[in-house]
Amino acid sequence: MASDKVQTITDANFDSTINGGKPVLVDFWAEWCGPCKRLAPTVDELAADYDGKVVVGKMNVDDNPNTPSKFSIRGIPTLLLFKGGQVVEQVVGLTDKSSLKGLIDKHVA
Amino acid sequence: MTSTLRNVLIVGSGPAGLTAALYTARANLKPLVIEGLEAGGQLMLTTLVENFPGHRDGIMGPDLMGEMRAQAEHFGAEIIRGYVTAVDLMARPYTVTTSEAEYKCRTLIIATGASGRLLGLPSERALIGHGVSTCATCDGYFFRGKPIAVVGGGDSAMEEAVFLTRFASHVTVVHRRDTLRASKIMQDKAFANEKISFEWNAEVEEIKDSGKGEVTAMVLRNSLTNERKEIRVDGVFVAIGHTPNTRLFAGQIEMDAGGYIVTQSGTRTSVPGVFACGDVQDHVYRQAITAAGSGCMAAIDAEKYLEGLPQHLGEAHVTA
Repeated sequence: MASDKVQTITDANFDSTINGGKPVLVDFWAEWCGPCKRLAPTVDELAADYDGKVVVGKMNVDDNPNTPSKFSIRGIPTLLLFKGGQVVEQVVGLTDKSSLKGLIDKHVA
Repeated sequence: MTSTLRNVLIVGSGPAGLTAALYTARANLKPLVIEGLEAGGQLMLTTLVENFPGHRDGIMGPDLMGEMRAQAEHFGAEIIRGYVTAVDLMARPYTVTTSEAEYKCRTLIIATGASGRLLGLPSERALIGHGVSTCATCDGYFFRGKPIAVVGGGDSAMEEAVFLTRFASHVTVVHRRDTLRASKIMQDKAFANEKISFEWNAEVEEIKDSGKGEVTAMVLRNSLTNERKEIRVDGVFVAIGHTPNTRLFAGQIEMDAGGYIVTQSGTRTSVPGVFACGDVQDHVYRQAITAAGSGCMAAIDAEKYLEGLPQHLGEAHVTA
Protein backbone atom coordinates (compact mmCIF):
# COMPACT_ATOMS: atom_id res chain seq x y z
CA MET A 1 0.00 0.00 0.00
CA ALA A 2 1.02 3.54 -0.70
CA SER A 3 0.07 4.73 2.77
CA ASP A 4 3.49 3.90 4.26
CA LYS A 5 4.80 6.83 2.22
CA VAL A 6 2.57 9.20 4.19
CA GLN A 7 4.22 10.72 7.24
CA THR A 8 2.50 11.48 10.51
CA ILE A 9 2.90 15.17 11.22
CA THR A 10 2.38 16.52 14.73
CA ASP A 11 2.55 19.88 16.45
CA ALA A 12 6.02 18.79 17.66
CA ASN A 13 7.56 17.91 14.29
CA PHE A 14 5.61 20.37 12.12
CA ASP A 15 8.20 23.18 11.87
CA SER A 16 11.10 20.85 11.15
CA THR A 17 9.03 19.03 8.51
CA ILE A 18 7.95 22.08 6.53
CA ASN A 19 11.44 23.57 6.70
CA GLY A 20 13.08 20.34 5.60
CA GLY A 21 13.91 21.52 2.05
CA LYS A 22 11.29 19.68 -0.01
CA PRO A 23 7.73 20.90 -0.61
CA VAL A 24 5.34 19.43 1.96
CA LEU A 25 1.67 18.57 1.50
CA VAL A 26 -0.19 18.39 4.82
CA ASP A 27 -3.62 16.77 5.07
CA PHE A 28 -5.51 18.02 8.14
CA TRP A 29 -8.05 15.37 9.15
CA ALA A 30 -9.91 13.70 12.00
CA GLU A 31 -11.43 10.31 12.71
CA TRP A 32 -14.98 11.72 12.83
CA CYS A 33 -14.77 13.50 9.48
CA GLY A 34 -16.45 11.52 6.68
CA PRO A 35 -15.06 13.56 3.77
CA CYS A 36 -11.55 13.23 5.25
CA LYS A 37 -11.85 9.46 4.99
CA ARG A 38 -12.92 9.78 1.36
CA LEU A 39 -9.93 11.98 0.60
CA ALA A 40 -7.44 9.66 2.36
CA PRO A 41 -6.90 7.20 -0.54
CA THR A 42 -6.18 10.13 -2.87
CA VAL A 43 -3.59 11.49 -0.43
CA ASP A 44 -2.02 8.01 -0.26
CA GLU A 45 -1.78 7.93 -4.05
CA LEU A 46 -0.24 11.42 -4.19
CA ALA A 47 2.38 10.30 -1.68
CA ALA A 48 3.33 7.43 -3.98
CA ASP A 49 3.21 9.54 -7.16
CA TYR A 50 5.41 12.30 -5.71
CA ASP A 51 7.68 9.98 -3.72
CA GLY A 52 11.08 11.68 -3.31
CA LYS A 53 9.79 15.02 -4.66
CA VAL A 54 7.12 16.07 -2.18
CA VAL A 55 6.78 15.09 1.46
CA VAL A 56 3.18 14.07 2.08
CA GLY A 57 1.93 13.99 5.64
CA LYS A 58 -1.25 13.83 7.67
CA MET A 59 -2.01 15.78 10.81
CA ASN A 60 -4.80 14.65 13.11
CA VAL A 61 -6.49 17.85 14.34
CA ASP A 62 -7.80 16.12 17.48
CA ASP A 63 -4.32 15.24 18.67
CA ASN A 64 -2.63 18.40 17.39
CA PRO A 65 -4.64 21.55 18.15
CA ASN A 66 -1.86 24.16 17.77
CA THR A 67 -0.97 23.95 14.10
CA PRO A 68 -4.57 24.02 12.75
CA SER A 69 -5.28 27.03 14.93
CA LYS A 70 -2.10 28.80 13.76
CA PHE A 71 -3.35 28.50 10.16
CA SER A 72 -6.97 29.41 11.08
CA ILE A 73 -8.21 26.04 9.91
CA ARG A 74 -11.90 25.79 10.71
CA GLY A 75 -12.91 23.09 8.31
CA ILE A 76 -11.58 19.72 7.26
CA PRO A 77 -10.37 18.15 5.13
CA THR A 78 -7.94 20.97 4.39
CA LEU A 79 -4.77 20.43 2.42
CA LEU A 80 -1.92 22.92 2.70
CA LEU A 81 1.08 22.82 0.41
CA PHE A 82 4.22 24.36 1.88
CA LYS A 83 7.26 25.41 -0.07
CA GLY A 84 10.26 26.93 1.69
CA GLY A 85 8.21 26.86 4.90
CA GLN A 86 5.44 29.03 3.43
CA VAL A 87 1.88 28.12 2.41
CA VAL A 88 1.67 28.20 -1.39
CA GLU A 89 -1.61 26.34 -1.93
CA GLN A 90 -4.67 25.70 0.16
CA VAL A 91 -7.52 23.35 -0.71
CA VAL A 92 -10.60 23.02 1.48
CA GLY A 93 -12.98 20.10 1.08
CA LEU A 94 -13.04 17.17 -1.30
CA THR A 95 -11.10 17.56 -4.52
CA ASP A 96 -10.29 15.05 -7.24
CA LYS A 97 -6.80 13.74 -7.77
CA SER A 98 -6.11 15.39 -11.13
CA SER A 99 -6.96 18.86 -9.77
CA LEU A 100 -4.65 18.28 -6.82
CA LYS A 101 -1.87 17.12 -9.10
CA GLY A 102 -2.34 20.28 -11.15
CA LEU A 103 -1.85 22.42 -8.03
CA ILE A 104 1.20 20.50 -6.85
CA ASP A 105 2.80 20.53 -10.30
CA LYS A 106 2.75 24.35 -10.30
CA HIS A 107 5.28 24.24 -7.47
CA VAL A 108 7.28 21.11 -8.24
CA ALA A 109 9.74 21.20 -11.08
CA MET B 1 -7.15 2.98 -22.05
CA THR B 2 -9.76 0.62 -23.46
CA SER B 3 -12.23 -1.31 -21.41
CA THR B 4 -14.94 -3.86 -21.97
CA LEU B 5 -18.49 -2.89 -22.78
CA ARG B 6 -20.64 -2.86 -19.63
CA ASN B 7 -24.32 -3.72 -19.50
CA VAL B 8 -24.93 -1.25 -16.72
CA LEU B 9 -22.81 1.67 -15.59
CA ILE B 10 -23.94 3.61 -12.53
CA VAL B 11 -22.62 7.08 -11.76
CA GLY B 12 -22.92 7.94 -8.07
CA SER B 13 -22.82 5.92 -4.86
CA GLY B 14 -25.50 7.30 -2.54
CA PRO B 15 -28.64 5.32 -1.63
CA ALA B 16 -29.95 5.55 -5.23
CA GLY B 17 -26.76 4.40 -6.95
CA LEU B 18 -26.02 1.60 -4.49
CA THR B 19 -29.58 0.26 -4.59
CA ALA B 20 -29.46 0.28 -8.40
CA ALA B 21 -26.15 -1.59 -8.06
CA LEU B 22 -27.65 -4.15 -5.67
CA TYR B 23 -30.58 -4.92 -7.96
CA THR B 24 -28.63 -5.02 -11.22
CA ALA B 25 -25.95 -7.18 -9.55
CA ARG B 26 -28.61 -9.63 -8.40
CA ALA B 27 -29.97 -9.64 -11.98
CA ASN B 28 -26.48 -10.78 -13.02
CA LEU B 29 -25.85 -7.64 -15.08
CA LYS B 30 -22.42 -7.08 -13.47
CA PRO B 31 -22.83 -3.36 -12.84
CA LEU B 32 -19.92 -0.97 -12.57
CA VAL B 33 -20.36 1.89 -10.10
CA ILE B 34 -18.17 4.99 -10.38
CA GLU B 35 -18.56 6.40 -6.91
CA GLY B 36 -17.71 10.05 -7.50
CA LEU B 37 -16.11 12.73 -5.36
CA GLU B 38 -18.76 12.74 -2.63
CA ALA B 39 -18.78 8.95 -2.34
CA GLY B 40 -21.65 7.60 -0.27
CA GLY B 41 -23.63 10.77 -0.86
CA GLN B 42 -25.20 13.19 1.56
CA LEU B 43 -25.76 10.62 4.31
CA MET B 44 -21.99 10.51 4.80
CA LEU B 45 -22.28 13.99 6.31
CA THR B 46 -25.08 13.14 8.74
CA THR B 47 -25.09 11.52 12.14
CA LEU B 48 -28.05 9.47 13.35
CA VAL B 49 -30.62 8.57 10.67
CA GLU B 50 -33.90 7.83 12.42
CA ASN B 51 -36.24 7.52 9.45
CA PHE B 52 -34.77 4.68 7.44
CA PRO B 53 -37.18 1.75 7.89
CA GLY B 54 -35.77 -1.33 9.58
CA HIS B 55 -33.58 0.53 12.09
CA ARG B 56 -35.79 1.18 15.09
CA ASP B 57 -33.01 2.82 17.11
CA GLY B 58 -31.66 4.69 14.13
CA ILE B 59 -28.39 4.09 12.33
CA MET B 60 -25.43 6.40 11.72
CA GLY B 61 -25.49 7.75 8.14
CA PRO B 62 -21.95 6.56 7.26
CA ASP B 63 -22.72 3.11 8.72
CA LEU B 64 -25.89 2.81 6.63
CA MET B 65 -23.94 3.68 3.49
CA GLY B 66 -21.19 1.22 4.44
CA GLU B 67 -23.84 -1.52 4.72
CA MET B 68 -25.44 -0.62 1.38
CA ARG B 69 -22.08 -0.67 -0.31
CA ALA B 70 -21.07 -4.00 1.22
CA GLN B 71 -24.44 -5.52 0.26
CA ALA B 72 -24.08 -4.39 -3.38
CA GLU B 73 -20.51 -5.73 -3.51
CA HIS B 74 -21.60 -9.00 -1.91
CA PHE B 75 -23.80 -9.65 -4.94
CA GLY B 76 -21.07 -8.78 -7.40
CA ALA B 77 -21.32 -5.05 -8.07
CA GLU B 78 -17.95 -3.55 -8.96
CA ILE B 79 -17.45 -0.19 -7.26
CA ILE B 80 -14.51 1.98 -8.22
CA ARG B 81 -13.16 5.24 -6.94
CA GLY B 82 -13.24 7.85 -9.63
CA TYR B 83 -14.74 11.10 -10.75
CA VAL B 84 -16.57 11.34 -14.06
CA THR B 85 -15.33 14.23 -16.15
CA ALA B 86 -17.35 13.69 -19.36
CA VAL B 87 -20.15 11.60 -20.83
CA ASP B 88 -21.16 11.05 -24.42
CA LEU B 89 -24.81 10.10 -24.83
CA MET B 90 -24.91 10.98 -28.53
CA ALA B 91 -23.46 7.68 -29.73
CA ARG B 92 -24.17 4.13 -28.58
CA PRO B 93 -22.78 2.46 -26.64
CA TYR B 94 -22.55 5.43 -24.32
CA THR B 95 -19.15 6.65 -23.17
CA VAL B 96 -18.26 7.69 -19.64
CA THR B 97 -14.85 9.23 -19.02
CA THR B 98 -13.03 9.66 -15.71
CA SER B 99 -9.65 11.28 -15.19
CA GLU B 100 -8.12 7.77 -15.33
CA ALA B 101 -10.13 5.77 -17.85
CA GLU B 102 -12.92 5.56 -20.42
CA TYR B 103 -15.89 3.20 -20.15
CA LYS B 104 -18.54 2.08 -22.65
CA CYS B 105 -21.99 1.01 -21.53
CA ARG B 106 -25.32 -0.19 -22.95
CA THR B 107 -27.29 1.44 -20.15
CA LEU B 108 -26.36 4.31 -17.90
CA ILE B 109 -27.94 4.97 -14.51
CA ILE B 110 -27.44 8.53 -13.34
CA ALA B 111 -27.42 8.75 -9.53
CA THR B 112 -25.19 11.78 -9.05
CA GLY B 113 -27.44 13.33 -6.42
CA ALA B 114 -27.37 16.90 -5.24
CA SER B 115 -24.82 18.94 -3.32
CA GLY B 116 -25.18 21.62 -0.68
CA ARG B 117 -25.84 25.09 -2.03
CA LEU B 118 -24.04 28.24 -0.91
CA LEU B 119 -25.47 31.73 -0.45
CA GLY B 120 -23.36 33.11 -3.28
CA LEU B 121 -21.65 35.93 -1.39
CA PRO B 122 -18.03 36.66 -2.28
CA SER B 123 -17.15 36.85 1.42
CA GLU B 124 -18.67 33.41 1.92
CA ARG B 125 -16.47 31.77 -0.71
CA ALA B 126 -13.37 33.48 0.66
CA LEU B 127 -14.08 32.15 4.16
CA ILE B 128 -14.85 28.51 3.37
CA GLY B 129 -12.67 26.46 5.68
CA HIS B 130 -12.14 29.52 7.87
CA GLY B 131 -15.51 29.63 9.56
CA VAL B 132 -17.94 29.11 6.69
CA SER B 133 -19.02 25.50 6.34
CA THR B 134 -21.62 23.28 4.70
CA CYS B 135 -20.81 20.29 6.92
CA ALA B 136 -21.71 20.50 10.60
CA THR B 137 -20.42 17.01 11.39
CA CYS B 138 -17.05 17.84 9.83
CA ASP B 139 -16.46 21.27 11.22
CA GLY B 140 -18.56 21.70 14.39
CA TYR B 141 -15.57 20.58 16.42
CA PHE B 142 -13.71 23.80 15.64
CA PHE B 143 -16.34 25.95 17.37
CA ARG B 144 -16.21 24.74 20.97
CA GLY B 145 -17.62 27.39 23.27
CA LYS B 146 -18.12 29.84 20.38
CA PRO B 147 -21.23 31.53 18.97
CA ILE B 148 -22.22 30.39 15.51
CA ALA B 149 -25.08 30.73 13.03
CA VAL B 150 -26.93 28.25 10.85
CA VAL B 151 -28.54 29.67 7.72
CA GLY B 152 -31.67 27.87 6.52
CA GLY B 153 -35.10 26.70 7.64
CA GLY B 154 -35.40 23.12 6.44
CA ASP B 155 -34.80 19.76 8.08
CA SER B 156 -31.07 19.78 7.45
CA ALA B 157 -30.73 23.28 8.92
CA MET B 158 -32.55 22.19 12.09
CA GLU B 159 -30.54 18.98 12.34
CA GLU B 160 -27.30 20.94 12.00
CA ALA B 161 -28.41 23.55 14.54
CA VAL B 162 -29.27 20.90 17.13
CA PHE B 163 -26.08 18.96 16.44
CA LEU B 164 -23.92 22.10 16.71
CA THR B 165 -25.23 22.92 20.21
CA ARG B 166 -22.92 20.11 21.37
CA PHE B 167 -19.99 22.40 20.64
CA ALA B 168 -21.15 25.98 20.27
CA SER B 169 -21.97 28.37 23.11
CA HIS B 170 -24.98 29.56 21.13
CA VAL B 171 -26.56 28.83 17.76
CA THR B 172 -28.52 31.48 15.87
CA VAL B 173 -30.75 30.12 13.13
CA VAL B 174 -31.05 32.68 10.34
CA HIS B 175 -34.06 32.15 8.11
CA ARG B 176 -35.41 34.35 5.35
CA ARG B 177 -39.07 33.60 6.13
CA ASP B 178 -41.12 33.76 9.33
CA THR B 179 -41.87 30.04 9.46
CA LEU B 180 -39.68 26.98 9.10
CA ARG B 181 -39.95 24.50 6.26
CA ALA B 182 -38.59 21.73 8.52
CA SER B 183 -40.77 18.82 9.65
CA LYS B 184 -42.71 19.20 12.92
CA ILE B 185 -40.45 16.82 14.83
CA MET B 186 -37.29 18.71 13.81
CA GLN B 187 -38.88 22.09 14.57
CA ASP B 188 -39.87 20.89 18.04
CA LYS B 189 -36.32 19.70 18.72
CA ALA B 190 -34.89 23.07 17.68
CA PHE B 191 -37.48 25.17 19.57
CA ALA B 192 -36.92 23.12 22.73
CA ASN B 193 -33.16 23.63 22.67
CA GLU B 194 -32.24 26.55 24.91
CA LYS B 195 -28.96 27.17 23.08
CA ILE B 196 -30.82 27.96 19.84
CA SER B 197 -32.39 31.30 18.96
CA PHE B 198 -33.96 32.48 15.69
CA GLU B 199 -33.59 35.46 13.38
CA TRP B 200 -36.72 35.58 11.21
CA ASN B 201 -37.17 37.30 7.84
CA ALA B 202 -33.43 37.71 7.77
CA GLU B 203 -31.26 37.79 4.66
CA VAL B 204 -27.52 37.41 4.99
CA GLU B 205 -25.89 40.46 3.41
CA GLU B 206 -22.31 39.85 4.34
CA ILE B 207 -20.05 37.56 6.30
CA LYS B 208 -17.11 39.33 7.95
CA ASP B 209 -14.14 39.41 7.91
CA SER B 210 -12.49 38.19 4.71
CA GLY B 211 -9.66 40.69 5.24
CA LYS B 212 -8.67 38.92 8.46
CA GLY B 213 -9.25 35.47 6.95
CA GLU B 214 -11.71 34.41 9.65
CA VAL B 215 -15.39 34.75 10.45
CA THR B 216 -16.06 37.43 13.05
CA ALA B 217 -19.64 38.53 12.37
CA MET B 218 -22.49 38.49 9.89
CA VAL B 219 -24.64 41.33 8.64
CA LEU B 220 -28.36 40.55 8.43
CA ARG B 221 -31.05 42.58 6.72
CA ASN B 222 -34.64 42.24 7.82
CA SER B 223 -36.66 41.78 4.64
CA LEU B 224 -39.78 43.45 6.12
CA THR B 225 -38.24 46.51 7.76
CA ASN B 226 -34.99 46.73 5.78
CA GLU B 227 -33.20 47.17 9.10
CA ARG B 228 -29.66 45.91 9.23
CA LYS B 229 -27.94 44.36 12.17
CA GLU B 230 -24.66 42.71 12.84
CA ILE B 231 -24.37 39.61 14.97
CA ARG B 232 -21.09 38.34 16.30
CA VAL B 233 -20.38 34.76 15.25
CA ASP B 234 -17.27 32.68 14.80
CA GLY B 235 -18.82 30.29 12.33
CA VAL B 236 -21.56 30.22 9.69
CA PHE B 237 -23.08 26.90 8.63
CA VAL B 238 -25.00 27.14 5.38
CA ALA B 239 -27.92 24.71 4.97
CA ILE B 240 -30.15 26.37 2.40
CA GLY B 241 -30.84 23.45 0.13
CA HIS B 242 -29.22 21.58 -2.68
CA THR B 243 -28.35 21.84 -6.35
CA PRO B 244 -28.56 18.73 -8.56
CA ASN B 245 -25.24 17.48 -9.90
CA THR B 246 -26.16 17.51 -13.58
CA ARG B 247 -23.59 19.77 -15.21
CA LEU B 248 -21.99 16.73 -16.84
CA PHE B 249 -25.15 15.99 -18.78
CA ALA B 250 -25.99 19.52 -19.92
CA GLY B 251 -27.24 19.65 -23.50
CA GLN B 252 -27.48 15.86 -23.79
CA ILE B 253 -30.52 15.07 -21.68
CA GLU B 254 -33.74 16.85 -20.82
CA MET B 255 -33.68 18.82 -17.57
CA ASP B 256 -36.18 21.09 -15.86
CA ALA B 257 -35.60 24.77 -15.07
CA GLY B 258 -33.90 23.86 -11.79
CA GLY B 259 -31.38 21.60 -13.54
CA TYR B 260 -33.03 18.37 -12.33
CA ILE B 261 -33.16 15.51 -14.84
CA VAL B 262 -36.69 14.94 -16.13
CA THR B 263 -37.89 11.35 -15.74
CA GLN B 264 -41.09 9.69 -16.92
CA SER B 265 -42.69 6.24 -16.90
CA GLY B 266 -40.53 5.34 -13.92
CA THR B 267 -36.93 6.45 -14.26
CA ARG B 268 -36.64 6.87 -18.04
CA THR B 269 -34.92 10.02 -19.26
CA SER B 270 -35.10 11.67 -22.67
CA VAL B 271 -32.26 9.38 -23.85
CA PRO B 272 -33.14 5.69 -24.42
CA GLY B 273 -31.18 3.41 -22.11
CA VAL B 274 -30.30 6.25 -19.74
CA PHE B 275 -32.11 6.22 -16.40
CA ALA B 276 -32.00 8.65 -13.48
CA CYS B 277 -32.72 8.01 -9.81
CA GLY B 278 -32.39 9.73 -6.45
CA ASP B 279 -32.00 13.43 -5.76
CA VAL B 280 -30.67 14.19 -9.25
CA GLN B 281 -34.27 13.83 -10.52
CA ASP B 282 -36.23 14.57 -7.34
CA HIS B 283 -36.62 17.97 -5.75
CA VAL B 284 -39.76 16.98 -3.88
CA TYR B 285 -39.13 13.99 -1.58
CA ARG B 286 -35.30 13.90 -1.30
CA GLN B 287 -35.16 11.14 1.31
CA ALA B 288 -32.71 8.25 1.60
CA ILE B 289 -35.60 5.80 1.32
CA THR B 290 -37.11 7.44 -1.78
CA ALA B 291 -33.67 7.63 -3.38
CA ALA B 292 -33.15 3.92 -2.67
CA GLY B 293 -36.64 3.18 -4.02
CA SER B 294 -35.99 5.01 -7.26
CA GLY B 295 -32.60 3.28 -7.52
CA CYS B 296 -34.45 -0.03 -7.48
CA MET B 297 -36.82 1.28 -10.17
CA ALA B 298 -33.90 2.37 -12.36
CA ALA B 299 -32.35 -1.09 -12.04
CA ILE B 300 -35.57 -2.80 -13.11
CA ASP B 301 -36.09 -0.28 -15.95
CA ALA B 302 -32.51 -0.89 -17.16
CA GLU B 303 -32.97 -4.64 -16.99
CA LYS B 304 -36.18 -4.46 -19.06
CA TYR B 305 -34.50 -2.17 -21.57
CA LEU B 306 -31.58 -4.57 -21.99
CA GLU B 307 -33.95 -7.50 -22.56
CA GLY B 308 -35.53 -5.65 -25.47
CA LEU B 309 -32.28 -4.33 -26.92
CA PRO B 310 -31.16 -5.91 -30.21
CA GLN B 311 -27.57 -7.01 -29.66
CA HIS B 312 -26.17 -4.93 -32.55
CA LEU B 313 -27.56 -1.70 -31.10
CA GLY B 314 -25.51 -2.12 -27.98
CA GLU B 315 -22.34 -2.96 -29.84
CA ALA B 316 -22.15 -0.68 -32.84
CA HIS B 317 -21.21 2.97 -32.72
CA VAL B 318 -24.49 4.22 -34.10
CA THR B 319 -24.93 7.95 -34.29
CA ALA B 320 -28.16 8.89 -32.62
